[in-house]
Amino acid sequence: MTVSLSGKEVALKIEGEFPGSLVESSQENLVVKSDHLLDAARFLKETDGLDFDYLNFVTAVDYYDHFEVSYMLSSLEHNHCLTVKTRCYDRENPVLPSVVGLWQGADFQEREIYDLFGITFEGHPNLKRIFLWAGFEGHPLRKDFI
Amino acid sequence: MAVRTEPFVLNMGPVHPSTHGVFRMRVTLDGEVVVDIEPIFGYLHRGIEKLAEQRTYTGIIPLTDRLDYISSMSNNFAYCLAVEKLAGIKVPERAEYIRVIIAELQRVAALLIAVGAFLNDCGAFFTPFLYMFRERERIVDLFEMVSGQRLTYNYMRVGGVSQDLPDEFMPALRKFMNMMPRFMAEYDRLLVQNEILIARAKGVGILTGEQAINCSASGPVLRASGVKWDIRKADPYSIYDRFDFAIPTQTTGDCYDRYRQRVEETRQSLHIIRQAMEQIPSGPVRAELPQLIRPPAGEAYAHIEAPKGELGFYLVSDNSIAPYRCHIRPPSLINLTALRDMVRGWKIADLIIIFGSIDITVGEIDR
Amino acid sequence: MATIELNIYNLVNFQSIPPDWPGGFWWHWLFFTVVIIGFVLTMVMGVIYIERRGMARMQSRLGPNRTGPFGLLQPVADAIKVLLKENIVPDAADKLIHWLAPVVAFAPALMIFAVVPFGNGVLLADLNVGILYVVAISSVSTVGIFMAGWGSSNKYSLLGAMRNVAAVVSYEIPLVLAIVGVVLISGSLSLNQMVVAQDVPFILLQPLGFLLFFAAGCAEINRSPFDLMEADSEIVAGFHTEYSGMKFAMFYLVEYAEAVAISAIIATLFLGGWRGPILPPWLWFVVKVIIVFFAMVWTRTTLPRIRIDQLMAFAWKFLFPMSLFNLFITALQVLAGWPTELVWAMIIVNFAVMAILVLVWSKLFFKLGRGRIEV
Repeated sequence: MTVSLSGKEVALKIEGEFPGSLVESSQENLVVKSDHLLDAARFLKETDGLDFDYLNFVTAVDYYDHFEVSYMLSSLEHNHCLTVKTRCYDRENPVLPSVVGLWQGADFQEREIYDLFGITFEGHPNLKRIFLWAGFEGHPLRKDFI
Repeated sequence: MAVRTEPFVLNMGPVHPSTHGVFRMRVTLDGEVVVDIEPIFGYLHRGIEKLAEQRTYTGIIPLTDRLDYISSMSNNFAYCLAVEKLAGIKVPERAEYIRVIIAELQRVAALLIAVGAFLNDCGAFFTPFLYMFRERERIVDLFEMVSGQRLTYNYMRVGGVSQDLPDEFMPALRKFMNMMPRFMAEYDRLLVQNEILIARAKGVGILTGEQAINCSASGPVLRASGVKWDIRKADPYSIYDRFDFAIPTQTTGDCYDRYRQRVEETRQSLHIIRQAMEQIPSGPVRAELPQLIRPPAGEAYAHIEAPKGELGFYLVSDNSIAPYRCHIRPPSLINLTALRDMVRGWKIADLIIIFGSIDITVGEIDR
Repeated sequence: MATIELNIYNLVNFQSIPPDWPGGFWWHWLFFTVVIIGFVLTMVMGVIYIERRGMARMQSRLGPNRTGPFGLLQPVADAIKVLLKENIVPDAADKLIHWLAPVVAFAPALMIFAVVPFGNGVLLADLNVGILYVVAISSVSTVGIFMAGWGSSNKYSLLGAMRNVAAVVSYEIPLVLAIVGVVLISGSLSLNQMVVAQDVPFILLQPLGFLLFFAAGCAEINRSPFDLMEADSEIVAGFHTEYSGMKFAMFYLVEYAEAVAISAIIATLFLGGWRGPILPPWLWFVVKVIIVFFAMVWTRTTLPRIRIDQLMAFAWKFLFPMSLFNLFITALQVLAGWPTELVWAMIIVNFAVMAILVLVWSKLFFKLGRGRIEV
């Protein structure tokens, strides 16, 4: 059975390494500030005992006032998982750092979020629309898109 | 004497015999050698994630049929699990067994198609494909008995399955299970030692274990690279912890290994079905639920080991009759991440079989 | 008139025309031209039917069975269909070459039959260099195929045509070397003389030569497993991707006419051509052609396709040395007079030699990485 790590415990470790990088943490997940996302992600991937080497999925949810991007991470070695979230409050030009450098599996998924939510991922090697064509107006999965 | 050559761009697809649907690759070639490729998606984009936001939880099930249309039952299964997790619904015992039997049959059917299509890509002129279709046809007949459909089954429901197995199902299934080992032996006799297949597929398109993990590959692609990771064992959903089965793995992660991996997995699936057939209890097949399901606000992610890999549904509820957000984790799309690294330096013919060995369904990629 | 006839007669150097042939040279020419065209077209329809039905049986399905009795009229229906189809030429195509290509490819496939005997002396032209003529003419088709690939201005077509040229250039060599063994034993280049010399079918005297010729012949005419010039799963349809309607039908016809031609050559060289008991010679010939063709259908349904570098490696590292061995051994045996005196010894020795050579050389071939070129 994959153990879902407590967000609170992991939060303590991250907080120890990068103070002030977290927004909140709960039993299920932890929310990282978007400018600390890469640091936290690298910490989660490379720290012994955590070893989150597998990125299950990346997705975004539009809550009108902010976008929430969720990263579900697993460790195949320890068989545990954790959901890391980050929030993006800018609606006109939301920007997040890309995690493709850490988990290549995020490649197409970040492009999908860019396409359907309009969130730009800085540092992505090939950030183009993936499903819709280049001139398409709007981002369909945003709640204000009809 | 050095001949001056010039790379040229070949547009493979969206209409091409080997792209398994409407998938397109911009291939840069140097003669026959692939220099670079860029996969281009979106020709089958129907916005299922957006459509799901306007439908009731039950109304989404037919949409999931259209994701990976080769294995609709698995999609139904994953989605229902996610809703049940979100709403905390308990599924009756008999329904769990029916789901496992159906899902494993679906895996056998989908893997048969995957293997057949792969061999077709290798240039075996439809013979293995049609042989495998012959057996898939029997599985589809079984599905027709339970659901009345042959492609988009729409059989599973939140809290169980739509109806109990008909009386003729079990005898037919038993007959199929008795036939299947003979057919599997037949395929092995035809293919395992085939010199041309070995020459074509062995050592081609190697995906190392680390790379597979880093690219979030899943399913047979991941296991063929030697990573022992099967969600049925690692994170048992439904009642998979009650069955005894092995996780076959291969070592090198080349095309031949991915082909072998699929064949071995088919065997394990048959093993699971056999156990489930013996243990299946009687009883109700569907939990008592209100017409419209209103899960409490929150989010849930349920994933299953679909034939192509980890198929997951991430649902966010706002306590209304429709999900606030329904994200699908498509194994086909994510398995393709590694395609570019796998094919560079190989020839066009290899590109086709590497692509075929990953086994995608465009319906799931584009959603 | 008589002198002109004589001149043409001398020019193309016929060995003999059956003396009892009525009407002389022109009637002979006209009759056989009509017979050959009729024969090839009927045979093509026949073998298409055989291929589709045979393949269907091997693939556990039925195949065409609705048009006419047992679906026998299916090729006719197909022919009518392609005739009525629209002729589409790409805008960027080189129109003249695009138009000319099917004709250039089709003519040689018919011309091969000029020297193939349907009975003792029953042939259009008993050339004393018959087999050389066959080899020379059959490679002309490649020009047509390359024209198609170039003239379509389609990248798939060009790739297919390039593959075809590369394959034909390579496979011509083992093909010819395999024939030389037969020539040595029969002591003639005329196909009719070769059949006359076959008291024992040469497949028994030249088993290795037969295998080499069969493999090289399959490659020469794009039959599976060497069909990578029109590999439908890789390059759509290769050189005829951009053809439709009648021009496509021509290429389709070429494909099967060449298959029939190679089957006819194999039947003539190795299976004793028109010779056989009871049945009339032409029927024996047709039966043998169909048997050889059926073997090709069989390989097509069974084997996956090989890759272009493996195709080349197979020609140069396997077929070529094997055909040299075959030639050398046959030459020694002919010098020793075996074909006339020790026929049974020759059969046994040659089968043993074939088994040993194929086994040993394939082991060596695999050791060299199955001809794979690492990139």
